[in-house]
Amino acid sequence: MTLTVLAVDDSRTMRDMIRMALMPAGFTVHLAEDGIHGIEVLGGINPDDIDAIITDINMPRMDGFGFIDAVREQDDHRATPILVLTTESSQELKMRAREAGATGWIVKPFDPAKLVKALQMVAG
Amino acid sequence: MSEQNDPMAEIRASFFIECEELLEALQDGLQELDDGADDPETINVVFRAVHSIKGGAGAFGLEALVRFAHRYETVLDEVRAGRMTPDSDSMKLFFLAADHVSDLVRACRDEAPIPEATSDELLVRLDALLGDEVEEEEADAADFTPLGFSMSLDLPEIEPELNSFEIRFKPEQEIFATGNEPATLLRNLCGLGTATVRCNTSDLPDLEDLAPEAPYIEWIISLQTEAAEAEVRDIFEFVDGLCVLEITGTKSGDDGDVAPTESIETEVEVEQAIAAPTAIAPVSVPKKPQGTKPASDTEDSGADPESKKAAAPAAKSVVRVDLERIERLVNLVGELVINQAMLSQSLDEAGLSPHSDAMNGLEEFQRLTRDIQDSVMMIRAQPVKSLFQRMSRIVREASAAVEKEVRLVTEGEGTEVDKTVIERLADPLTHMIRNAVDHGLEISEKRLANGKSRAGTVTLMAAHRSGRVIIEVTDDGAGINRERVLEIAVSKGLVPPDVQLTDGEIDNLLFLPGFSTASQVSALSGRGVGMDVVKTSIQSLGGRISISSEAGKGTKFSISLPLTLAVLDGMVVNVAGETLVLPLNVVVETLSLGPDDVQMLRPGAYVVKVRGGFVPLYDLGVMLGYRAQRKTDAGAIVLLISLEDGSRAALIIDGIQDQRQVVIKGLDDSFYRAPGIAAATILGDGQIALILDPADIIAGLGNPRGADIMLSERKIANE
Repeated sequence: MTLTVLAVDDSRTMRDMIRMALMPAGFTVHLAEDGIHGIEVLGGINPDDIDAIITDINMPRMDGFGFIDAVREQDDHRATPILVLTTESSQELKMRAREAGATGWIVKPFDPAKLVKALQMVAG
Repeated sequence: MSEQNDPMAEIRASFFIECEELLEALQDGLQELDDGADDPETINVVFRAVHSIKGGAGAFGLEALVRFAHRYETVLDEVRAGRMTPDSDSMKLFFLAADHVSDLVRACRDEAPIPEATSDELLVRLDALLGDEVEEEEADAADFTPLGFSMSLDLPEIEPELNSFEIRFKPEQEIFATGNEPATLLRNLCGLGTATVRCNTSDLPDLEDLAPEAPYIEWIISLQTEAAEAEVRDIFEFVDGLCVLEITGTKSGDDGDVAPTESIETEVEVEQAIAAPTAIAPVSVPKKPQGTKPASDTEDSGADPESKKAAAPAAKSVVRVDLERIERLVNLVGELVINQAMLSQSLDEAGLSPHSDAMNGLEEFQRLTRDIQDSVMMIRAQPVKSLFQRMSRIVREASAAVEKEVRLVTEGEGTEVDKTVIERLADPLTHMIRNAVDHGLEISEKRLANGKSRAGTVTLMAAHRSGRVIIEVTDDGAGINRERVLEIAVSKGLVPPDVQLTDGEIDNLLFLPGFSTASQVSALSGRGVGMDVVKTSIQSLGGRISISSEAGKGTKFSISLPLTLAVLDGMVVNVAGETLVLPLNVVVETLSLGPDDVQMLRPGAYVVKVRGGFVPLYDLGVMLGYRAQRKTDAGAIVLLISLEDGSRAALIIDGIQDQRQVVIKGLDDSFYRAPGIAAATILGDGQIALILDPADIIAGLGNPRGADIMLSERKIANE
């Protein structure tokens, strides 16, 4: 199952990693550099075409929590699966992400196959 | 992942480039904090930089970097959370740690040995800042390796054995706010094996009482699967706490009637059962137009309260280009300029009317060529900031080595300079900074005794001035001890014992090859590299270095560099049958000598009267050794030039050909470096011409006394 995914991360390396993990699986990947950019990119895509969103937490301008909030505020994306990427595996962070409306989380560094699988799972 | 080897190598390379940027941001942020910034965004930037480096490092398995960055980040997080306020000692440690991260990044990149000992030492000190929280955090560090999210567990292949699970799953209301869909979960569950899904709808109210997002349904799933219980639980990882979940395992075979029976149970097909969530999704609202809105529009909804700098412009979009391609472009543009010059010349010689189409077209072509050239040169230009940042580290290390307190002040970090120049400036600047800290600044006690501040200041300044880049290294130390310098120079036989030198001339002795301060080798600057090496490297860039010093006040080294290494606006002149090029920016005006304009000060030293003032007069042909006898004065053409230090000089030439842009072709290292000759160029007619450096000519040759000092160079010139 191939999906269309928006990935938001301020680290170019991480964006590259995500792209490299997802493209071979046939995914379409949109990229954004921070929360505000993410909202802009999201606004340019037909909501029906977005299957899932991946976002980093620590980002300039608008962090992952703010971004998730802003996504969830859009009626079109109230149920769009959002996975947060985090190097912290602390329970507290996961719970904060969930409170903001995140669907799940992926702990960096991630295995590409697992990222694909995770996205297929939540967007299934 | 093996099939991704190549792209991974690319990402790895790009990671290290990104690291450089992050390290720069880290330095900047720390500096701002050190300067007293206390807005949350500054510490956030610092934190994020370390965090992102760690994240990338983790992806590439750079454990040493991860280990260090993680604990550094932990400490920074304390600052970020406001639980720690860094004092000046911790700031110093943060700087050291940043330097070390930078070392680790480079070691990882170059696959060099990892300085683990330094890591350990710094980590002990970082951990000390944390106090007793350290253990807790350590536990978290161990947790850093990827965990969870192992849908396809990498468990050893066990003989497929069918497990039976009875799963009771009742979502709670909050589940919908997270985008988790029970239907998807059920489908994933079914993917593990064969499942029978039953759905308990006893809580379902009448339609008019139904709240669209309230969960009324409970699912009971009987699953036959090869998967272990952990795998089944993994499916519900994200909804842990958002549902009632009971998983009971039964051995294969006895999947009997264990299901809790409460009221009506309906067996439904999964696909049917999942209709609800999408159906209750709100109607879509009209979309915003394609995301062309300025960032500020969306910022309101952004609501990142911490972000003071939210209004900062979005990151410029940047294309990364291989330097080789740019070099190629620069070379091509160089050829284009030469070609255009040749074309201009042939059209000129063809005697076309200046109003002809061809000539008009040519004019346009010239303008475009110049624009292209400027734009291409801009590609290579970079702010000196990164260079200056490296120097702040040099200052820290140098001041620690000699136990002096030093403050580095930088100015004009945004000044853009050719990339190659920046790269090749690093070594000379490092040396100059070390010198300033080691020899320039006094020890604190002495400073205090002289009524100065305890900490010495080294100022690093960059600016564009009259078409060149000026870089100055200034210290507020004791100034050059000229007596001592002269003594050393005499003892080394560089100048005769009875020589009478001005202060400036003594200062310049420092640049003489062989003026080594070996008797005062220190841990720092006495590494066998003298200022003559600095001077040579600056000259190889087409630059000049000068020195000025005031006793008790300090010393200033001034470097002047061409803006670009590639082109030059030049004046093409004839001297003794040779075609030479002078940089146009030094030429103030051209004069024709009258009979009474020239006066002799003493044999061999002349001045020319220019509007009431006197300017030293030199014959370029004599100075360059093209002719022995000075040209007769009357009617001779003279170029009045102005040098960066404000001094002026007049140069006798035989004729002016043209003013034009020339492409600088560096002289190969195999040529002896001739003083006064900066480079060469190819003219429109294909002829090769030397490009002169007038200031160098005058410093080295024109001043008879200077010539004495510049012994070695004089020798070359005479050969």
